[in-house]
Amino acid sequence: MSTDTKQVTADEKPAAKPAAKPAAKPAAKPVELPAFEKSISDKVVEKFGDKIEVEFVKENRVGIKVSRDDVHDVAEFIRDGLNYDHVESVSGVDYPQDKEIEVVYHIGSYSDSSLAKQILVLATRAQREDNPIPGKDATKLPSLRDIFYSVEFHEREVFEMFGVYFTGHPDNRRLLLPEDWADLPPLRKDFAIKGR
Amino acid sequence: MTAELPPGLAIQKVDERIMTLNVGPQHPGSGHMRIIVQIDGDYIVACDPDPGYVHRGEEKMAEYRNYITNIPHLERPVIHDSCNVLYPYVLGVEELLGIEVPERAKYVRVICSELNRCIYTMYWLAIYGIFLGHSTMFMWPAGDRELLIDLMEKISGARVTHAHFVPGGVRNDLPPNFEEVCLRQVNYFEKRIKEYAAVFYDNPILISRTQDTGVLSREDAIRLGTTGSVLRASGVDYDLRQKEPYDVYEELDVHSNVMKEGDSYARSKVPWLDMMESCNIIRQALQKMPKSGSVRVKLKPNPKGKGLDSVYKRVESGRGSLGCHIVSDGKVEPYRLKMSVGSFRNLIALPYLLKGEKLGNMPSVYWSLNYWPVEADR
Repeated sequence: MSTDTKQVTADEKPAAKPAAKPAAKPAAKPVELPAFEKSISDKVVEKFGDKIEVEFVKENRVGIKVSRDDVHDVAEFIRDGLNYDHVESVSGVDYPQDKEIEVVYHIGSYSDSSLAKQILVLATRAQREDNPIPGKDATKLPSLRDIFYSVEFHEREVFEMFGVYFTGHPDNRRLLLPEDWADLPPLRKDFAIKGR
Repeated sequence: MTAELPPGLAIQKVDERIMTLNVGPQHPGSGHMRIIVQIDGDYIVACDPDPGYVHRGEEKMAEYRNYITNIPHLERPVIHDSCNVLYPYVLGVEELLGIEVPERAKYVRVICSELNRCIYTMYWLAIYGIFLGHSTMFMWPAGDRELLIDLMEKISGARVTHAHFVPGGVRNDLPPNFEEVCLRQVNYFEKRIKEYAAVFYDNPILISRTQDTGVLSREDAIRLGTTGSVLRASGVDYDLRQKEPYDVYEELDVHSNVMKEGDSYARSKVPWLDMMESCNIIRQALQKMPKSGSVRVKLKPNPKGKGLDSVYKRVESGRGSLGCHIVSDGKVEPYRLKMSVGSFRNLIALPYLLKGEKLGNMPSVYWSLNYWPVEADR
């Protein structure tokens, strides 16, 4: 997914955003990215160069993809250099065909009022094992708990639901699943609901 | 006990001085969850919330159903606040499909969502009251919320679980003469909730039990990533209806209620102030709403996304920001749906707030978090 194709789709459908300012819509010409969002992604690109990939720049949303080795450094820069201060949501997305599990952090800011609307979407991918042994196989990512305290429960949920072990997380216990759960991590694609 | 434990499990040593108590999942004071507290005498030294007893796998179910049939089950996490729970999902699907919603439908949504916010908050207030031993505060909100439930019944036909929001607008138009009835009921409702001050919020017993218990400072509220009334009670002015207005909130005058104390009292008062603000918003919306027009865009029977795409939409629900991350791969079902709910985000504050608190203060701190176990588990 290249940045160029996403730019076009993001601007082709300005009408798709119900919350958008009605007055701003006719003025926005195609192939023109939202300026403020672009400046955020530019700052990250300037710092990390080709280590990161800008996935999309939409209104109020900036998407950044990064390899698992660099995610900790990038997150640190997002907190210290860009003033983001909390993580709203951590979602895992299973891609069995790529043999990878994507973990997506949605990062926001309370303290910087210019960033109140913004969500920075930081995505990274962990290696996926076909026969997972959660915590003991190669499906591992560095934990962002020391950078964003608010990921604590979210990462515990991703660990039990996808089997992605977060190294450096102080409390890698289960949260929602029962203690005697001995099946596959349930939100993986190969865990099928009975009868479906 | 040298056998290896399955991952995710841990063994705890028993201390002679510290006693471990399991509050819940059957205990009424904890809701549908277990709170493991370790107490030294009367003081809590550690607390470990254990949710998951009402986990229903909404996110997994959503991957097996198409975008429209997902609607009824996705509102189940909080049946009293069903419009707000569906809201980010509906906004997200609309962005994926690229639909613009009719103006009147946006106003109807705002009215429904504010009514639901009040209905939920009244239910929460009733429970908060009864767990502090205040039976009047259970009876009054439980009775007064009927006013608004009747309004929602007129709009959608159901008292709870309305399933009224659909991608493209709302399911049905408002019934005839709704504006007058709504205005009358909402005005009376506002008059009623103002009376709660005398019996509850200015009550010295309530104040002595909640003031200065479970204090969450502004810095910690931000660091822990709390949201909604918990965040605003700690002095952070952050309401998504103001900061990232969706639908027609931009055209309405929304005032966000902020208190600086950060204790249980402030956390219990902010939702009550929010209800009065909701009444204001409903009155404004009724006035500005187009008097006629379409309320729904016709969709194809099985709408699909446009290829690999992802969207993150969020709204301000009764319990704080509610985000919906939808990943679409161009099929009729979502590839992945993640709900980031306010209850789950506020749960992280519970161990932090209870540490050093007396065991008797646990209900007032726990329920002041505006926590809904079913929503947190999804």
